[in-house]
Amino acid sequence: MSAADTAADVPLPARKKRFNRNEVLAALIFVLPFVVVYAVLFIYPTLQMIWLSFHKAPLIGPGTFIGFDNYLKLFKDKLFGVALWNTVYFVILTVVPATMVALAIAVGVNRLKGWMQSLILACFFIPYILPVSVVFRVWGWMFDSQFGILQPLIALVAGDNVPVFRTLPLFMPTVAFITVWWTIGFNILLFIAGLRNISPEIYEAAALDGTPRWRQFTRITWPLIWPITVLVLTIQLIAQFKIFDQVYLFGNGGRSDATMGLVQLIYRSAFQKNNGGYGATVAVVLFLVIVVFSVLQFQMLRARGNK
Amino acid sequence: MSSVATTPAAGEIAGLSPRKRKVIKALDVFGLIATVITVLGAIFWAFPLYWAVVTTLKVENDIVQPGIQLWPQRFTLDAYTHVLFNTKIGTWYINSLVTAASVTVGVVLISSLAGYAISQLNFPGRRILWWIILASFMIPIPALIVNHFVLISQFKLFNSWLGVILPQLVYGPVTVIIYKQFFDSVPRELREAAKLDNANEFQMFFRLYLPMNWGITTALAIITFIGAWNQFLWPFLSVTNEQMMNVTVGITQVTDAFGVKYARDLGSAILAGLPVAIVYLIFQRRVTEAIMLSAGIKG
Repeated sequence: MSAADTAADVPLPARKKRFNRNEVLAALIFVLPFVVVYAVLFIYPTLQMIWLSFHKAPLIGPGTFIGFDNYLKLFKDKLFGVALWNTVYFVILTVVPATMVALAIAVGVNRLKGWMQSLILACFFIPYILPVSVVFRVWGWMFDSQFGILQPLIALVAGDNVPVFRTLPLFMPTVAFITVWWTIGFNILLFIAGLRNISPEIYEAAALDGTPRWRQFTRITWPLIWPITVLVLTIQLIAQFKIFDQVYLFGNGGRSDATMGLVQLIYRSAFQKNNGGYGATVAVVLFLVIVVFSVLQFQMLRARGNK
Repeated sequence: MSSVATTPAAGEIAGLSPRKRKVIKALDVFGLIATVITVLGAIFWAFPLYWAVVTTLKVENDIVQPGIQLWPQRFTLDAYTHVLFNTKIGTWYINSLVTAASVTVGVVLISSLAGYAISQLNFPGRRILWWIILASFMIPIPALIVNHFVLISQFKLFNSWLGVILPQLVYGPVTVIIYKQFFDSVPRELREAAKLDNANEFQMFFRLYLPMNWGITTALAIITFIGAWNQFLWPFLSVTNEQMMNVTVGITQVTDAFGVKYARDLGSAILAGLPVAIVYLIFQRRVTEAIMLSAGIKG
């Protein structure tokens, strides 16, 4: 989204009137692999997804056209409500905290110098490049209900060991916390790039004027870093709406409906219940939600940033 | 930042009013606190990984003892030897390696070729193609799982390397955009000079544009590889045969019949994450650069 937006600002050179035959021929060969791959694996599945959502169909095989029945069914489906709420809840729990914590860490890391900075940054960043399965095992062990290193702490508060991932009110917040731990490196990286672009002279001038640290942050750093904040918020929002992996793994293979998100509902409808049409319907809704949210949020934040 | 503000001030400080001197001193204390908090934060962040690695080096009986042993009392590699020799992790490694490497080569190749055409060549449909690429950012890939599955089944590619690889070729349209931007910035004179030497478009691409942007190709290849290696949802859906699983899927879906063994479970996870961790540590700067570029920030 964001990259697309910046790229869209770069205009393509004006179209020439006539095409050179050799050039067109060469161009066709250059774009052919891309066009074939995207037509077959991207445009075709997207159109087919919309088409399938109007059908009562198994995952594999022919179906019958039923118009908007799948969509009507969707809005009466309690499970869809649960999945939508869980997804929104997860987004709320992750996006803003991860952005704020990342900015704080970036400011702290940016003050450091040399190898110290590299080392500290690596500590924060390394979880981001690990596969979800590693994150699942590592935190499964931290929170293990019998021998987890965090259980003494939990017992201190709750009075006894708590199987966190099997306790519904704790499930989403814990998975959200782990997700923040896992993915924050990306946000930190973007914020550090933004902080480095702020000229040190501005701070020097502010320091000589005796501007307190906090004011320096609210008056200089925060406004100048705002475009990056918008970028980080948007990227995360879109990413977290697609939540599946962690929730599925920590939710014990998705055995409980109570922890289901939208992608998991697609998976469940299409793959476990063999209802391809209904799965596609959920997919279309997810698609629309992401498009609407990303456009809306981006416009809103940009409008505020321009003030 | 604080050193920028304070070190050169040492000489000037005498000329400042006492109030201002006080402010500068206060800044230093603030700086110290900030540094301490940052370092503590980094330790907190790294600890779960440290704790997982240390646990794998302990004897299983010591793991379930009460109390916290920050270093193994009895050191052992049993967990790793068990995982390496008694599970299918070797096969899963090969599956991950083959699929991730193929996705990387495929993505880099088709993106660089398309990026070159869009950047340097004039042809009908160029604008439409560009808009399709930009629009493709909107479509959430997990929404396509149902129809990717249908497609893969039609081609009878279920439980095969190709079935895992193909849909992942469309996971990163941003690479085309990055290539286009980099090819745009190759000086026009070089192109004219090559044209005078009668170079055709293919020579131009392979001898001039690609070598000149070797750095960005490396960076994009590395993050594409890491992304493909870490992919969970699609490899999880398109493979049910244990022999064909990727390592990230295998270690979570195939469980030991002999109950929970903490060191072994963690050991297999460490092994699954090790290749990407090593790739990151070696190519740290390239990874950072590529991540920034795909977020739309020129590093």
